[in-house]
Amino acid sequence: MLKKMSLKTVLLSSVVALTAASQAYAFEPARSADCIAPASPGGGWDFTCRSVGKVLVDQGYIKGNVQTINMGGAGGGVAFAHTVSKRDTDENLIVAASTATTTRLAQGQYPGMSTDQVRWVGTLGADYGVIAVAKDSKYTTLTQMMNALKKDPSAVKFAGGSASGGWDHLKVLMTAKEAHVGNLPKIRYLAYGGGSEALVQVVGGHVDAFTGDISEIRGFMQSGDIRVLAVLSEKRLPAPFDTIPTAMEQGISSVAPNWRGFYVPGKASKASYDWWVNTLDELYKTPEWKKVMEKNGLMPFHKSGEDLTKFVNEQTLNIKLLSKDIGLMK
Amino acid sequence: METMSLLMHGFAVALTPESIMFAVIGAILGTLIGALPGLGPANGVAILIPLAFSLGLSPTSSLILLTSVYAGAMYGGRISSILLNIPGDEPAMMTCLDGYPMALKGKAAEALAISAIASFIGSFIATIGLVILAPILSKFALKFGPSEYFALFVLAFATLGGVTGKNQFKTITAAAIGLMISTVGIDISTGVQRYTFNTLELFEGVDFIIAIVGLFAISELFFFLERHAGDGLKQVAINKLKLTARDIINVLPTSIRGGILGFIAGVLPGAGASLGSFISYSLEKKISDKGEFGKGDPRGVAAPESGNNGAASGALVPMLTLGVPGSGTTAVLLAMLISLNISPGPMLFTHNPDLVWGVIAAMFVGNVVLLLLNIPMVGIFVKLLSVPPKYLMPVVTLIASVGIYSVSHSPTDLYFMVAFGVMGYILRKVGIPLVPVILGLLLGPEMEKSLRHALVLSDGDWSVLFNSGLSIGLWTVAILGLILPLIVGPIIRAKMRRSKDSVKDV
Repeated sequence: MLKKMSLKTVLLSSVVALTAASQAYAFEPARSADCIAPASPGGGWDFTCRSVGKVLVDQGYIKGNVQTINMGGAGGGVAFAHTVSKRDTDENLIVAASTATTTRLAQGQYPGMSTDQVRWVGTLGADYGVIAVAKDSKYTTLTQMMNALKKDPSAVKFAGGSASGGWDHLKVLMTAKEAHVGNLPKIRYLAYGGGSEALVQVVGGHVDAFTGDISEIRGFMQSGDIRVLAVLSEKRLPAPFDTIPTAMEQGISSVAPNWRGFYVPGKASKASYDWWVNTLDELYKTPEWKKVMEKNGLMPFHKSGEDLTKFVNEQTLNIKLLSKDIGLMK
Repeated sequence: METMSLLMHGFAVALTPESIMFAVIGAILGTLIGALPGLGPANGVAILIPLAFSLGLSPTSSLILLTSVYAGAMYGGRISSILLNIPGDEPAMMTCLDGYPMALKGKAAEALAISAIASFIGSFIATIGLVILAPILSKFALKFGPSEYFALFVLAFATLGGVTGKNQFKTITAAAIGLMISTVGIDISTGVQRYTFNTLELFEGVDFIIAIVGLFAISELFFFLERHAGDGLKQVAINKLKLTARDIINVLPTSIRGGILGFIAGVLPGAGASLGSFISYSLEKKISDKGEFGKGDPRGVAAPESGNNGAASGALVPMLTLGVPGSGTTAVLLAMLISLNISPGPMLFTHNPDLVWGVIAAMFVGNVVLLLLNIPMVGIFVKLLSVPPKYLMPVVTLIASVGIYSVSHSPTDLYFMVAFGVMGYILRKVGIPLVPVILGLLLGPEMEKSLRHALVLSDGDWSVLFNSGLSIGLWTVAILGLILPLIVGPIIRAKMRRSKDSVKDV
């Protein structure tokens, strides 16, 4: 079977064929796999499943098809519970996840569930956090804004697309904490139904500042309606975002990638876990995936296997501490 | 001119074979549903939402399908008005006045053809209005901050019953039920769980698509079971069509006036299609040369038809630009948009130009399709009227169940759907309208959010709600909207009834 698979992939893509032939796994995926998107069609998780599923099939990793199953509810909690309780040993299942998953896990919003009940496979890119203001705002740098917050924590009101305590809110708090702003719970955050809704309020001059992801501001940045004070990444992002200074450059070491990736059921065999980890590693390197990333504004961010598990645990711990700090959790 | 190029781009989307196919399917299904007595456009769209989900359509295709259903249902409403003197829905009531007498005179085919042409002109004019007005309004929408939005939502609720609404108390009760259900779930402003009983399925609240399908489609099934309505409507014979160019030219001015009036009525909150058709009928009656109104005047068919179709498209303007629906059907369409992860509002035009302009262009295409379908094929639709509901209802129920299950693969959703069906049945039995329930469910969270945001921004000062000219204006209209129906409503309704009674039931 393995030989046959290598032969087939040679025809599809020589790059993939070389790597596939050089490694042999005890696990062989079934003809078709399932990818659970823990939300309704059209959102970020749905996109993650559908785009990865397509590349998995196009590149011959899965010979049949990858079926995307939308399972909304409780911000991913229903899908998480389903995976843990009903499909705990399923080797042909991946579930889309992102920073929203770890945030909710950390804050106990999936009751009775924790990060170690599933196994974290890999990430395939990230969307970095930004803090922006309207073009006629009095703030021109992040430092200025943070100084204003130091004097009065409710001086700047933020609008974002996630719920209170969600990732967009946390980004502001993390940044303020790094900038040594006291009294974090006093910082005002207005939760909107989505990034674009929040952005319109900032552009319209109703709220002072926007917290969100870089992919959400593209349109408004080009039209010149907003000024981006900082991107929360380690290095400057590639063009057209290379003009935006990082928070690091301004002396505030706040980094906030909203990663996109997958977990698999906790009791799936080690062989299948290894297969998925390696497959996503390879997929991340394919030109086809690079194109998907470019088209959808995803920035490079890749961690897998042990590395990712460690990262997820650290991220949940940090979020938990921060949430307790600011009184979001008891 | 930018609008023109965007519209042309929209036509490129709307004229793909796939889009045309969905427009045709939607137009046929919509006409069918609209023709069945009692099933209006809101029900039509509600019943067919699950179809879009079970077919796994893209957002653009789903919307093209559903707006065509909407337009088709408006067309279809007139068939039973004219042939049977039973309006398919409220806006079609005025069409009975002259349509049925025409049918009695053996001119049923002409009445149907004229109403099809008038509907086409009405929709066409209103779609042009939508093209012109929507981008302007969406720029204006930037002026809306939290307090303005809150006032706008209050206005939407206050004017919900509409000027022709019968019982304000029942409307308010219905809206309150909707608002109450909308509080279930995790509150996004604080992260606190409300009425979730630690059930994961309730964390995100009650899905309004499930509520809509349950309230409208499933309750319809219960009504059917109750009536044991096994037979279709009696077969009506139709004469051969003898329509001259002069007949068409005669009703042209009427249709154009009706379309414009209807569009204005549709854009204004609370007015809606019933008022659109009523105003244009009364206007024609007034300015006409004491014609044969009420006794089978073709202009009496053209006026209400162009009026209610104009209003149907007009109602899309506030829905697309502000995210506030102006009628029951647009509320259902709004729910559909939200569940496709598309947020209506000013950003819709900049972020999803393909979708918006594709849908607008699809409305033009859909109107042409409807006109082409309706004149030669009206006989077929009339035959379909006599399909016994015993074959129709099981299909509707099947589509609804499969569609709801395919959204989230959760059996809980199906239980909820049935529960809402039972609730819809009870509410309809006691005469509480369903549309305000949906609006409450849909707008409740938004309204709450706007109020809280306004108060956060003002540090708890309530006067922020009245601090701009725009919000004071909105509050004024809202108060008028609540009071006017109590005064003017009975008068208009009496007039409508009087003109209806003047047609002798035979």
